[in-house]
Amino acid sequence: MDHDELLRIADAERAKAKPNEIRCCTSSGCRASGSADVLKQLKASVAANGLNDTLTAVGVGCPGLCSAGPVVMSHPDGGMFGKVTAEQAKGIVAALSGGATDAQRIDPNQPFFRKQFRVVRATAGQIDPERIESYIAVGGYEGLYQALQKRPDEIVTDVTASGLRGRGGAGYPTGLKWATVEKMPPGQKYVICNGDEGDPGAFMDRSVMEDAPHQVLEGMAIAAYAVGANQGFIYVRAEYPLAIERLQAAITQATKAGLLGANIFQTPFEFKVEIRIGAGAFVCGEETALIASVQGLRGTPRPRPPYPAESGLWDRPTLINNVETFATIPAISRNGAAWFAAIGTDRSKGTKIFSLTGKVKNAGLVEVPMGTTLRAVVEELGGGTADGKAVKAVQTGGPSGGCIPASLLDTPIDYESLGKIGSIMGSGGMIVMDDTDRMPEVARFFMEFCADESCGKCVPCRVGTVQLHGLLTKLVERKATRHDLDTLVELCQLVRDTSLCGLGQSAPNPVLSTIRYFAAEYEALLQPEEFARPPRASVIPLSVV
Amino acid sequence: MAVVTLTIDGKPVSARAGESVLAAAAEAGIRIPTLCHLDGVSEAAACRLCLVQVEGRGRLQAACVTAAAEGMVVRTQTDTLREYRKMILELLFAEGNHVCAVCVANGNCELQAAAADLGMDHVRYPYLNPVRPVDVSHAQYAVDHNRCILCTRCVRTCDEIEGAHTWDVAGRGTLSHLIADMGQPWGESATCTSCGKCVQSCPTGALFRQGSTVAEMTKDREKLGDLVLARREKKWTV
Repeated sequence: MDHDELLRIADAERAKAKPNEIRCCTSSGCRASGSADVLKQLKASVAANGLNDTLTAVGVGCPGLCSAGPVVMSHPDGGMFGKVTAEQAKGIVAALSGGATDAQRIDPNQPFFRKQFRVVRATAGQIDPERIESYIAVGGYEGLYQALQKRPDEIVTDVTASGLRGRGGAGYPTGLKWATVEKMPPGQKYVICNGDEGDPGAFMDRSVMEDAPHQVLEGMAIAAYAVGANQGFIYVRAEYPLAIERLQAAITQATKAGLLGANIFQTPFEFKVEIRIGAGAFVCGEETALIASVQGLRGTPRPRPPYPAESGLWDRPTLINNVETFATIPAISRNGAAWFAAIGTDRSKGTKIFSLTGKVKNAGLVEVPMGTTLRAVVEELGGGTADGKAVKAVQTGGPSGGCIPASLLDTPIDYESLGKIGSIMGSGGMIVMDDTDRMPEVARFFMEFCADESCGKCVPCRVGTVQLHGLLTKLVERKATRHDLDTLVELCQLVRDTSLCGLGQSAPNPVLSTIRYFAAEYEALLQPEEFARPPRASVIPLSVV
Repeated sequence: MAVVTLTIDGKPVSARAGESVLAAAAEAGIRIPTLCHLDGVSEAAACRLCLVQVEGRGRLQAACVTAAAEGMVVRTQTDTLREYRKMILELLFAEGNHVCAVCVANGNCELQAAAADLGMDHVRYPYLNPVRPVDVSHAQYAVDHNRCILCTRCVRTCDEIEGAHTWDVAGRGTLSHLIADMGQPWGESATCTSCGKCVQSCPTGALFRQGSTVAEMTKDREKLGDLVLARREKKWTV
């Protein structure tokens, strides 16, 4: 593979395209509501109407509005249909040549689509994620070609200059991480893509892996070249079978095309990628636990330092980034660091994908520039609550994050601002709640999740989360006293301050943030002390004989 | 060999480069409580009892895995640390079924000693009273899971000193438990060499010699560290 061949593939693919396309979302959300049948019927209708010369029906990635799935779009006229059934397929095809359809139309110009700024999801809903040619036709692998024309340290400088920060949650500067691995002495190094997205309500990474598997591979390859690695691993949770299938297909296609393997773009650069499938442990999203799991060991975290950048997979320098982080890289390589750095805020650059769920009208995936307010995302893009009730709170960051009350919805979404109000950016889950949601119950749900997912290695997380869950249950069942509430807060502080890894350290966040903003709901559940406990004086002092 | 100097609890202390804060403190006669640490095996940093405050670092640091560094200022005894250590012990006592009065290790138990040292006089959390088995299938030894605190000293001892890796941990969260080989009874383990090192490494009465009754199971936990040292230095007599 050389650059000319890449351009030839792109030209051939574009020349092959029919004047009209009818696109059907085939990603997990729409697939779950029957989009595979819809696509089959669309294809059959196109053939039955003799339209094969001017029209093709293709499966594409997720256009974002998951609550309206299955979604079908017509191109280039921009028509959009939602909740399409297999029976309606014929009508949609007929509608393209002036016929009538009873399929529900979606306004493609509504704020949900208009107000997004797509960098990572730029091609989602437009290309066939299962064909490499489809990706190459929209500029795919051009970023890798351009990167290979530079020195590795120049790429690291570019990524640093772009201001990109890790999209997995902590927001560590990506350029700094790359520079650390790049500066380690030459020798075996690895690149790992963390696709173990496990927060309840989060599905950004799933969609990126399903909709643009080649974009993830391209980002990883650029990273590998920059840091001097020749082997990559993608760690995907087993709960994402479609992502695994598409990534595997993408690896096979890219290897066959010479975009992975040896002598990529006729340079000495060599890079191979393998998939590792998780076995259902949330903690394996923590980088040291993930590395242990890739090595075939029990997925438990270890203390850092040493950081993986210094000593990671099989004690070798290892670059580990989140799916969305890698998927951002090709655009930075193509358009330059300055282009990326111009998007977003002073300290949080670029765009971020959020999965908008809960009591929101337009549930799905949105990509917005950093610095957009929560209100804009929830009320304009999300359209407020489904039944018009007032938004009570927005939970960001999943079990590691916090609940942000409606009064703080004007907070801009960036790492620092969210941290200041007691939540985190996290990987991008955003759960909208209305006044039927009880905050102590929300806190209890997340604590149950953490107790279940604790690996059991360190004492505060293993036992502390179970005791916290017990205290929250007592509270929700109206059996707790003020004394229990005090114990709850003090135990939260212990678990936060003394746990070994991020899972335990952040597990109390949902409790602490709901107590901070919704204290009245906790107070209302408390029982008077005298009815709940025997008086203290009954304790008989023991004397040692 | 490079030497660094640091301050622990206001006392100037010297340490070899790369040595842990825990080791440096021990050498200077400053005791930091531990449960999962054992001389001779790698660190797990799991019990969190040895957490200390290091000036300039936001988070508490586990002394067993924090390298001593030049000019470092460490505090091992603050009100917060003392309270946190007590709470961690209470969590442990509430998690298992630790009944000293009927335990083979009574009087020779590190968990019991830590509780006495740190002034843990009551447990503020409800006891979880788990139902856990006792495995007496081995000819010489037995494991009582009720007394296990999952410090994994036996796992590391068996893997790193004996080289058998009979023990490991299965399950997760508070359902984590020790297993021999692939989870069969200890007595049926194909890899166990019956060396008994795990029994000596155990801080509580979870692993014990059969036939011992209450307070009879004494352990020589220093022997393991001495063994590793002797192998490394190739010196077997003093």
